[in-house]
This record gives sequence, C-alpha cells and structure tokens, in this order.
Amino acid sequence: MTSPIGKDLLALEPLTGDQIRLILDTAEPFKEISERAIKKVPTLRGKTIVNLFFESSTRTRISFEFAEKRLSADTVNVAASGSSVQKGETLVDTARNLEAMRIDMVVIRHGSSGAAKFLADRIESNVINAGDGTHEHPTQGLLDLLTLRDHLGDLAGRKVCICGDVLHSRVARSNLWGLKKLGVEVGVCGPRSLLPNAIESLGVTVFDHIEEAIEWADALNILRLQLERMHAGYIPSLREYNRIFGVTSARLEKAPRDLLILHPGPMNRGVEIDSDVADGPHSLILNQVTNGVAVRMAVLYLLAGGNAQLAEAAKGQGER
Amino acid sequence: MATTSSTLLDARAMLRTLRRMADEIVELNGGTEGLVLIGIQRRGVPLAERLCTIIGERENVTIPTGALDITLYRDDLQTVGPRPVVGPTRLPWELEGRHVVIVDDVLYTGRTVRAALDELADFGRPARIALAVLVDRGGRELPIHPDVVGRSVDVLRGDHVDVYVEELDGRDAVVLKRRAEEQ
Repeated sequence: MTSPIGKDLLALEPLTGDQIRLILDTAEPFKEISERAIKKVPTLRGKTIVNLFFESSTRTRISFEFAEKRLSADTVNVAASGSSVQKGETLVDTARNLEAMRIDMVVIRHGSSGAAKFLADRIESNVINAGDGTHEHPTQGLLDLLTLRDHLGDLAGRKVCICGDVLHSRVARSNLWGLKKLGVEVGVCGPRSLLPNAIESLGVTVFDHIEEAIEWADALNILRLQLERMHAGYIPSLREYNRIFGVTSARLEKAPRDLLILHPGPMNRGVEIDSDVADGPHSLILNQVTNGVAVRMAVLYLLAGGNAQLAEAAKGQGER
Repeated sequence: MATTSSTLLDARAMLRTLRRMADEIVELNGGTEGLVLIGIQRRGVPLAERLCTIIGERENVTIPTGALDITLYRDDLQTVGPRPVVGPTRLPWELEGRHVVIVDDVLYTGRTVRAALDELADFGRPARIALAVLVDRGGRELPIHPDVVGRSVDVLRGDHVDVYVEELDGRDAVVLKRRAEEQ
C-alpha cells in the first residue's frame, strides 16, 4: 500500500486538490505539538531520515529537522561539501550507500531540476523534494497554502499574485500548481525578462505593473530577487527593480483592501520588499516559517504510514 | 452479510449509566479535590464533558475537562497506515499532582488507553490516573483494567459496539451489531 499521497512527495503538479487538502488538514493538528512544553510525539520512532542537501539552506533544512525530531525520527544531515560528493560520487551512488545503511526516507535539495525524481525512481525509501533546481519546492508551496488558508478560509475564488523572479523560482512553480488545484486565481507580476515565455498558457494573469497586481489581488507572494540575476543581465539594477516592482507601503496604501504579504525568504529588504511591509501588520512571513514545521510533519506522517503491508488485513478488525 | 443489531443502552439508560459513573468517579477519588476528566477523541470528549456537568451539578463544583487525540501515539502506523488526526489535544492546565480520569466510549484491546497513558506522561506527572469507560466489551490485548464501567458486555471478535452521542451523532445510544450466524 502506498500512502494517500503516494510513495514520495516530489512536486505539487501531479497531486490532486483532494490530496493537497489532505496534507493541509493533517498539518492542522500538528501545529499544536510545537506549542507543547514537550514538543515531541513518538509517531516516527525508529524511522531513520537522511537530509541530503546539495545546496545551502538554513530555513528549509532546519524546518525539516525540527519536523523530523518532533515526530521522534532519527535524522542525519549530509551536506555536499565535506562528503564523498566532493570526491566525485554520483547522486545515485550516494543514495544507494545511504540506503544500504537501512534508512527509511530521504529529504533532498539539489541544484538540478528533476534530481528528486531521479532519486525516487532508483531507491526504495520515501523521497521528499526540498527544492530541485528551478522545478519545484513542494513543501514551501504547501506551507504558503496553509498560511493563506489560515487567514482567508476557503481559498477557492481568491486571487493570489506571485511577484518577481518567476522564471528561476521553484517556489513560484509549486505555488502556481498548488493554488490552481485549490481553485485560486493566480497572477504573476515581474519584468518580462524574469517571467517564463507563454506563462499565460497556464491560465495565469500577467501583470506588467505592480500597482495593477496590488489592485487585483487578495495576497501577494513576493519572491526573492537573486542578486546574481543583475549580473546575468535580466534586470538593469537593483535600484531600478525596487523602483518599478518593489512592494512598498506607499503602493499598498492605494489597494482597495488589505493585502496579505508572503515571502519565502531570505528577503532582500529594500529590493523586492520594503522593511515596513515585511514587518507590517499584514505580513505573514513568520507565520509561514511556523507553518513550515507543521506542514513538513504532516508530509512525513503521511508518507511514513504508506509502507503498510498489512493495512487491508488490519482494517477489518475494527480494533480500538 | 446480514447483521443483527440490538440496543444495549437507549438515551434514558445512557443518562442513568452516566449518572452512576459520575458518582463512582467521585467516590473513587474520595471527593472532587484535584479531579480532572480527560476525554479521548472523539466520543470520549463529549462523554467526559457530560460526566463533568453531572459531577458539577451534584457536588456544586467546576471540574476541569480536557481532550486527548492519541493518533500520533498509536503503535499501528506501520500496519494500518496514517489515520486522520481527528481532533486537537487540549490540556489547558498542569497535570502535576492531579487526579486524572481518562474517559472513553468503548474499551476493547486497551491499545488506545496505552497510547493515552504515553501521551499524558509527556504533559506531566499526575498523582493518579484512572480509567472510566461507557462500555467494556472485553478482548484486552494489554494488561489494562477500567476503574469505572458503564456497562460490560461479552461480545465476539467480529461484533461491533457502536456508541452514538447527541453532540456528534444527533442521538444517544449504544448499539451492538452482530453478524448473523450462517446456517
């Protein structure tokens, strides 16, 4: 038996709206565990989870680690630097070696799109994608959905605009798929050089001016502008980007309603988002971080229960 | 397969049973000092609240009540797979030194109670933990024994004892569903 969300969590694109809602509903009670004096339940006792991070990460790695530890799993962190990856070992050899030590799950972040799927196809363990290249970052998408749902209730018919470097952003892709599956109207706003070609064909509204996006949306998910994009010639300068696309309180004041503000972090204050917006009353940026742990606990819980061999047999007994 | 169902307790009988259980809980505890009732999600929760109300009316005190969801403490994640976590765990006071009574609708294998004891231990160290159940249907798989029992029934492994409560099901009843014997 596979879990209700499959063997792995690689992307939100292949999931159904019901599967996404199941993960969000499961995350709900996990929030409370992090508020307890003893922030731990024994659910994944004896499970071994490897966090395989080929790219640097603070928030996501720590969030996964907290989620794993609060469910009582044993965890090992492997970073690319300082491991045999530096000696030229391939991804699949690294993973097979880990699997030979009898692990149960792998959380992987990798610079190449598709790395998580590549791994999932080749090992028995459950694989969770913690970001692969410019493809997807499903748990970030899920925590954004949970945070929006906390504040808006049912998301169907709501309007969310993803702002900034959509072209290079795996967060944008996971958000786009997740939002659309829950019936949200999705907009994107950014310089054309940072929007994928023909993005309209995915059924999203494109805004060339941030003012229009602010007028249209219920919430903005503001992406990080990676500074190296300037050197690569996608935008003329950071100052110009801030002047044209920056989310400022002056711009938000003109909105017909209070907009919820999300940002996956790390923020470039004064570039894509101004400090008074990031720290303002409608900013959900820290709520996102809190929800990240709950969503990851839910994903671990759902995937871990999926290996049940005796599931069907045990169900008939009506045990208490 | 055909099933026969018989009502073990109707609404009036259930009320009488709960009143008697309330008295037994107070007697067992030697009063209401330090008493806390904790219901196991889901049907244990409304039952615990009702027992609190009855004790409160008779003894003229307010008994605190809480709720426990033991899903994450189950020992069958691997065999049964993930179950929905149905309700929140609400224990809004210190357990240190309290007299805790765990309340559930049906006691069967004892595994739910085992999980509840583990979960309570993570919240504190009560002076004493007792167990009150509306129905004891036998079939224990662990050395667990109830202190207060509403009704004991001897049933077969394939039988179902279903408890209905007004708050969740719109009516009060305990029903035994037995598979009809094949001739």
